[in-house]
Amino acid sequence: MNLKNTALLICALLILSGCKRRETPVQIGNREQIMHINAGSEPQDLDPQTTTGGVESKIQDALFEGLVAWHPDHTDPYPGAAESWDISKDGTIYTFHLRPNAKWSNGDPVTAHDFVFSYQRLFSPSLSAPYAYMHYVIKNSEAYTKGEITDFSEVGVKALDDHTLQFTLKAPTPYFLRLVRDRSSYPVHPGTILKFGKQDERNTKWTHTGNLVSNGPFKLEFWQTNRKVKTARNPHFWDAENVKLNEIHFYPIEDMTSEERAFRTGQLHITKETPQERIKFYKENHPDKIRLKPWLGTYFYELNTTHPPLDDVRVRQALAMSFDRTEIVNYVCKAGEPAAYNLTPPDTAGYTSRAKMEYNPEKARKLFAEAGYPNGEGFPKMEILYNTHKAHMGIAEVIQQQWKAALNIDVELLNMEWKTYLAMKHEHKYQIARASWIGDYIDPSTFLEMYITDGGNNNAAWSNKKYDDLLKKAGAEMDQEKRYEFFQQAEEILMTEAPIIPIYNYRNKALVHPAVKNWKPNPLDRHPYKYVYLEVDE
Amino acid sequence: MLKFILRRLLELIPVLLISITLVFFMVRLAPGGPFTAEKSFTAEAIERLNEHYGLDKPIMVQYGNYLLNLLKGDLGPSFQYPSRSVNDIIKETFPVSLELGALAMLFALFVGLMAGIVASLKPNTLQDHVPMGLAMTGICMPSFVLGPLLILIFGLWLGWFNASGWELPIDRVLPVITLGSAYAAYISRLTRGSMLEVLPSDYIRTARAKGLSEANVIFKHTLKNALLPVVSYLGPATAGILTGSFVVETIFNIPGMGRMFVLAAFNRDYTLILGLVVFFSLLVVAFNAVVDILLGLLNPKLRMHS
Repeated sequence: MNLKNTALLICALLILSGCKRRETPVQIGNREQIMHINAGSEPQDLDPQTTTGGVESKIQDALFEGLVAWHPDHTDPYPGAAESWDISKDGTIYTFHLRPNAKWSNGDPVTAHDFVFSYQRLFSPSLSAPYAYMHYVIKNSEAYTKGEITDFSEVGVKALDDHTLQFTLKAPTPYFLRLVRDRSSYPVHPGTILKFGKQDERNTKWTHTGNLVSNGPFKLEFWQTNRKVKTARNPHFWDAENVKLNEIHFYPIEDMTSEERAFRTGQLHITKETPQERIKFYKENHPDKIRLKPWLGTYFYELNTTHPPLDDVRVRQALAMSFDRTEIVNYVCKAGEPAAYNLTPPDTAGYTSRAKMEYNPEKARKLFAEAGYPNGEGFPKMEILYNTHKAHMGIAEVIQQQWKAALNIDVELLNMEWKTYLAMKHEHKYQIARASWIGDYIDPSTFLEMYITDGGNNNAAWSNKKYDDLLKKAGAEMDQEKRYEFFQQAEEILMTEAPIIPIYNYRNKALVHPAVKNWKPNPLDRHPYKYVYLEVDE
Repeated sequence: MLKFILRRLLELIPVLLISITLVFFMVRLAPGGPFTAEKSFTAEAIERLNEHYGLDKPIMVQYGNYLLNLLKGDLGPSFQYPSRSVNDIIKETFPVSLELGALAMLFALFVGLMAGIVASLKPNTLQDHVPMGLAMTGICMPSFVLGPLLILIFGLWLGWFNASGWELPIDRVLPVITLGSAYAAYISRLTRGSMLEVLPSDYIRTARAKGLSEANVIFKHTLKNALLPVVSYLGPATAGILTGSFVVETIFNIPGMGRMFVLAAFNRDYTLILGLVVFFSLLVVAFNAVVDILLGLLNPKLRMHS
């Protein structure tokens, strides 16, 4: 028994000696300007040209700087690696003047040639950069990407000298400055790329710890799979004096509950989201920590227009106007999301759609009767497809119930795992499916172009020639007002034809520690880290 | 003994071949593929990606190539994490799972054996009921309940530990307890059971009659025989615990292999799934072999039979 008692005593002492309320990473961080952010999952890669996710762009925004940058106070294009730019009168030639003092994290100067190298890489056929298509407004870039031409000097990206970069566009593109702010146009360091492979080679190790060279306010310290990406202030950054944070650590926490627990125990300054069931708690008890801000995205239902009776526009319209969106945002979403009656979120770069869907069960019943289903009789069984998520299920249940009440139809819910859900949508093996779209840049085109005939993301398989024409016209229009008018008309067609049913506009639901300063709301959730600092209020 | 190990190694080949073949074809049956994404890639891009990874070749050719590369020890590139190879990912994540698993196993062995022995000494008394009651709770309590509960008490209320992460040595404590408790509980039941079988034996009575100390009787004489079922349980359990636990790694955000495994399946990362299956099978077979050898050392009867 003596032995046992001694062992117990030792254990107890060990536990007690080690256990006291410790200083949290956030407290240490506030003192030493080290910020801890949850990126949301493991980044696929840190290469700005081959990645597409928000997780990656969060980290890339710290490591790289594009020609045009963000400012915390507004969404207008703001000088980044380029200190100024000129636009030709017809809007097709953009000339950027690069900062002569801009440097890579290894001390090399950032030149216009580096940008040309990066664009050539972005458009090279063998890299198959997923976002290359977004930049097809640059002259001949599409032909080069598709291998139709092989001489890159024919593409509209040129270095006039070391610090002057010129783009020639195939049509005036009023949103071009917003486009070059996308991470796919971030420059990469030619020396580093070529050290680890060919210019257009995929899967090289240039982004790994110790290899990556970047031109942003922060440089990569280390990246360990599923643990974290640690970045530290880049002393060679042209504006390093004004960078206040010493380090930013990005974590790959996927599980929302784990994330929220990490926030509560002082391990994270900023979370990706707030679990739905905790929103009310934070709103009531810690309103200084929860930030519910508009996010440029729309949650909607897609209708497979090749599947009868959804090929009948009356049926689609009836479905769209027979449920109450406010019930969904108030009782399921709960973060103050605005109900959406059209696709493009309100005030997208000054554009707000005139066309709106309505909530009118009476009219819906009439339309349904006209389509041959009076009081829902004879309407075939339909399924709502959604990917695994509590909120998607909640919304589908509300709609299921309201359709039953308004139209007397029965729909079933079909929950699928993410990739299965995506495959079913892409292959049009569904009837009604949950969908969402987050803008890539702030312009209505990022939403409306989704529904051009045979568009890669047009899972509704909807086609309307007039709609296609209007978007084409908008693409060639220089005058912003006329351009928006084309979008207005297009969106009107989209809302009348109803291949999709908008439900609500997204909100960003991050938890942010009160010590984080200059972390301002941004519709694309982009936060220029060089302005951010940590300060505990007295 | 050499012959025994050699036979074990030979047995490995069909086991691996069968699991590789099954997984290779099964993952391709799942809807969607590695490049299915919400913002869909252009058709040309997908074509080029398929070409790059050899996914455009007939499936039997892909299968043959995979086996050939495997012989060279190359598990291929990951589709989801394009700059990392499957070998890289295993190299990076396995040590973490190994550390977590080894610590959890040590914890489970220590707690489990102690509880089992203590309980077996005075069966059907409070000294038996308390540890066995706890063990029953441990077996029944899933880690997704125990983990958050421990975080709530020791992380949030008392503020002793971080809720997640794998940064400091102290970060190991809660995940190790969470992962180890179910095993500890099982080991304690096994230990108690076999201790109770061995304790009434004649040779134990003789040992006591010789005047040996109680500690000597229990730890040297009884435990050695009573350990046999525990050791045979340890083989597969250790392989399982070392390759990581998806649940525990997710709750505590630990950069281990278990999480990778599940993510790979969700991402249709064919090569990563296969690579991890190969690695996992190797471990299971290896640990079973180790256990067989250990059992042989512990029990001369078994050695004679084989």
